[in-house]
Amino acid sequence: MSTIMLPMALLLAAAMIGAALVAIRGDSVPIAMLAAGLVSLLASVLFLLLAAPDVAMTEAAIGSGLTTFLFFFVLGRVRGDSKHD
Amino acid sequence: MIKRFTVLLLLAGVGTLFAGLLLGYSPDGELNATARYYADHTAPDIGAANIVTAIIVTYRGLDTLGEVTVLFLTAAIVGLVLARGRRRTRTEQRELPPSGELLTTGSRLLVPLILLLGVYVFVNGHLTPGGGFQGGAILASAILLMLLTDPLRRFSHRLISALESTSGLVFVGIGLLGVFFAGGFLDNRILPIGNLGSLFSAGVIPVIYSFIGLKVGAEFSSMLVSLSETEDS
Repeated sequence: MSTIMLPMALLLAAAMIGAALVAIRGDSVPIAMLAAGLVSLLASVLFLLLAAPDVAMTEAAIGSGLTTFLFFFVLGRVRGDSKHD
Repeated sequence: MIKRFTVLLLLAGVGTLFAGLLLGYSPDGELNATARYYADHTAPDIGAANIVTAIIVTYRGLDTLGEVTVLFLTAAIVGLVLARGRRRTRTEQRELPPSGELLTTGSRLLVPLILLLGVYVFVNGHLTPGGGFQGGAILASAILLMLLTDPLRRFSHRLISALESTSGLVFVGIGLLGVFFAGGFLDNRILPIGNLGSLFSAGVIPVIYSFIGLKVGAEFSSMLVSLSETEDS
């Protein structure tokens, strides 16, 4: 890993830990979901730095794209049901 | 108190484990025996410029068939569970806020481009990073954008399931053709290998990966569509 890549990777890792803490400790559910998506997005950039573009693509499309919106779908359904009652 | 102590103890244990791994880590100067084999043999034997694709589709093609089956099972179970819920109809729909002008206009521009990118990713799976699974997920994200724009939009379940089952059958059928016309199940050399790096190369890999892409896209889309269609389960 070259000299520019190492600080970048460390920065990404620190940002991932920060986003993960927001996802676990935060009060708001939507913000926690977005933070979990952010962890996946940063992980995909990290995979790209580690020369694994195939894994990075999967992580970006499924981990941060589809999963985040799946959470929002389910959140919308749960909230819609509780409003009916 | 005991709970907190146990957690701290566990954290310390995991920490020492990873610290030991990190301190003992030294990057490999050269490829190990397995990696060396694939790096040397992929281009002459398989003809794929992307070694990862050659491993996924040909060397470990049976594993990929298993992965696709697992994904199919997941989609089938999601459909089964959600089919018991009440179908949402247009009349008894609760009031949804209109999706904004930006989303509506933007998705009209973006959906064709995203579909095109997905198809590009799986058709070029043997040349550039990516392939069937990634391309399929990108296709499904275009469907997701359409559902976000208009949650009442209906997609044909018949079309999605026909696409899904046809792709699966073609995948297995091409694999069986390999038994008869080439070296074994899922051997890619039933078509000529061609020039390394051109679109029509690597034997049957682009065909297989395109059908995997369609299958994965159809499976993810069916999950999203059934989630969006049912009111409560």
